[in-house]
Amino acid sequence: MNLEYLWQGFAVALTWQNLLIGFVGCFIGTMVGALPAIGPINGIALLLPIAYTMGLPAESTMILLAAIYCGAEYGGRISSILLNVPGDAGAVMTALDGYPMARQGRAGEALALSGLASFVGGILGSIGLALFAPLLSGLAIGFGPAEYFVLMLFAFATLGSMVGGQPAKTLIGCVLGLMLATVGLDATSGAYRFTFNEPELGDGIEFVVLVIGLFSISEALIILEHQGRGMTVIRELGRMTAQMSDVVKSIGTTLRSSVLGFVVGVLPGTGASVSSAIAYTTAKRISDTEGTFGKGDVRGLAAPEAANNATACGAFVPMLTLGVPGSGTTAVMLGALMLYNIQPGPMLLVERPEIVGGLVASLFVGNIILLALNLPLVQIFARVLTVPNWLLVPGILVLSIVGVYSAHSSVFSIYLMMSIGLVGWLLRKAGFDMAPIILGFVLGRVMEVNLRNALAISGGELSILFSSTICNVLWCMALLVAILPLYLSRRAKRRIAAKNLAIAE
Amino acid sequence: MNSVFTKTLCGAAFAALMMSASAYAEPAKPECIAGAKPGGGFDLTCRLAANALLEATQISKPMAVTYMEGGVGAVAYNHVIAKRGSDPNVITAASSGSALLLAQGKFGQYDETAVRWLGALGADYGVLVVSADSPYKTLGELVEAYKASPEDFAIGGGGAVGSQDWMKGSLLAKAAGQDPKKMRYAALEGGGAVLTALEGGHVKVGSGDAAEMVKHHVAGKVRILAVMAAERLPGELADVPTAKEQGFDIEWPIWRGYYVGKDVSDADYEWWVNAFETASKTPEFSKEREARGLFEFTLLGKDFEDRVKADVERFKILAKEAGM
Repeated sequence: MNLEYLWQGFAVALTWQNLLIGFVGCFIGTMVGALPAIGPINGIALLLPIAYTMGLPAESTMILLAAIYCGAEYGGRISSILLNVPGDAGAVMTALDGYPMARQGRAGEALALSGLASFVGGILGSIGLALFAPLLSGLAIGFGPAEYFVLMLFAFATLGSMVGGQPAKTLIGCVLGLMLATVGLDATSGAYRFTFNEPELGDGIEFVVLVIGLFSISEALIILEHQGRGMTVIRELGRMTAQMSDVVKSIGTTLRSSVLGFVVGVLPGTGASVSSAIAYTTAKRISDTEGTFGKGDVRGLAAPEAANNATACGAFVPMLTLGVPGSGTTAVMLGALMLYNIQPGPMLLVERPEIVGGLVASLFVGNIILLALNLPLVQIFARVLTVPNWLLVPGILVLSIVGVYSAHSSVFSIYLMMSIGLVGWLLRKAGFDMAPIILGFVLGRVMEVNLRNALAISGGELSILFSSTICNVLWCMALLVAILPLYLSRRAKRRIAAKNLAIAE
Repeated sequence: MNSVFTKTLCGAAFAALMMSASAYAEPAKPECIAGAKPGGGFDLTCRLAANALLEATQISKPMAVTYMEGGVGAVAYNHVIAKRGSDPNVITAASSGSALLLAQGKFGQYDETAVRWLGALGADYGVLVVSADSPYKTLGELVEAYKASPEDFAIGGGGAVGSQDWMKGSLLAKAAGQDPKKMRYAALEGGGAVLTALEGGHVKVGSGDAAEMVKHHVAGKVRILAVMAAERLPGELADVPTAKEQGFDIEWPIWRGYYVGKDVSDADYEWWVNAFETASKTPEFSKEREARGLFEFTLLGKDFEDRVKADVERFKILAKEAGM
């Protein structure tokens, strides 16, 4: 296996400038993770335009965003443990055993142990990513317009399993994203579409404007709406190191959950919330012989934390090898690459090994920084929980406006961002998830352009979409991920029905 | 805000001093608008002017580059007309691509007479490339093969239908006596994507610019079959024949130049033309131009204004022929 890209990556990640950027990203990431209101995607959305305007090279921006992403997975546990309110989606399960430990006066221990579990998960996930990333690059040159189109279809098919709760709303969000992607100069015919003679819309809706509007502005509105909800922070942390016996007790669970988390992360469309739930329930089924889970069991604490960090690394696999986002956060990172005029996809590792390598290497470095930040300095982040909303909301708004204006220096962009934020807020109130919109937006452009190019090459013959092995394999995979969840849920229903029948008899 | 204000004041005072000292009015706050993101062709054009004018001491302080992306320069064009029409400080980068968009009415309600064209300081030239393992060694062979079965020759370019790359492809189709409307053209994301598509065999012919393709030509990844220039290009492209030499009347210079607002006074317009003229004669200028991958192409004042108008007319005819 060719790991040359990784050594090249370490050379990139270990420059003092990128180390500093990684450190800043880890710090901010832990902070946004700890704040219950904002998650990694908000942190990334807010910092992306700033990084872009500062003129950071693409690999440094990627390192910054990846550090925020991983940092948030670490930080999420802090409010889960101290507040019983998960800091981000991946930390929901952490509260189950973390908060009881904190109430028993073992908050410091819980923070230290979960920090260690996060570290193990993060490092194992990074190793997995480093081995996986070059696997597909040999096929890269075979990807033409037809192959890219089917690849994007596959990515959309995986969406079905992503937000399983409300498939209709996921679909609507996705289509909304696709529609927004059609605004602006049509890359194939050169015609303006849906611009209403407004030159500012000529290049379409800017990615930064959409992301900040959908995530940051609408988030600020949501926080304002939930003003005054009382929360009590546990301030007594107790001893700040983990007990050796607890570490030994949880080591098996941690390793198992890391592997599990990574595998779930690699599957496109499933994120940290899914993997931490699976890891927790698996740990409970295997280890909970005395019924201590949910009452402050260290294994119940370690399992979701190891898993969500490994998942964050795993989610980079489809993103870096195929250009398919595995989650909302990686979709934003893909959009960031496109801002730099870098087309994500199988060619990325071949053409820009310093970006892929730099990102992977920075994950190793970042996890070490994060361990250092999250063990001795965890008290600083615990303070973040007390940041009042009257400071937080204006802060988010100011950062959003400055970010958008600095990236595009146009007042029109600010109005557009505000309007999108307002619509986003209404959609969220109606129970829509924002991630499918972003996925639809990012993938939609690539999908449309490649379909039209494929058909232009073939002279309108649809057979070009089935003409290569890569295409056909992708078609099969797309069908599989689209049908499998339906089949599984039907089988589960049938089994429940059979069980009910058995009970009735 | 304060410091900007102070700077403006200082600049104005300085300009007033200079005005009394010199016959020409040097702009107080020289600025070049690049109608795209940093790092693109317009940025490069602006930086060429900024460096050349400063090194030739035609301006006494660095020229600021402002980015105003949108519609491949359309936003900047409309901005200059609406808001900076009489501002003598501002020049805006343009290229033959701007003339092509103007010919297609893609700059909104305005045509090429809505601004004053200052001059061009350099040019790139269109090229047609095939992959290194392609059987075609000359443009003639390619045209013959294209004539026989045009549907086998997907052409990839870094722009939409109607863009310069597409136009170059349509010139190939026309040379082969084929209908450009039936050309199989893939609109790819820039020159890098064209290269990848050629290597992967997804397209057979690539349409691009000399400055970008020359490094891949030298590296043996692609073969440049013809440059679309009147004469052979210098340097590493000296051994690549022009389309004309091979018997095809195809030329496609991509000039890079500047315009100012319609209401800028004749005196200020003349000042810029003179400053460009003086700067373009220095040896430093040639170095600056070559560093940006541009070939010699200096056309100033009235000559340039005529050239732009002629180009727009020519592009209108070409676009019509191609069914745009």
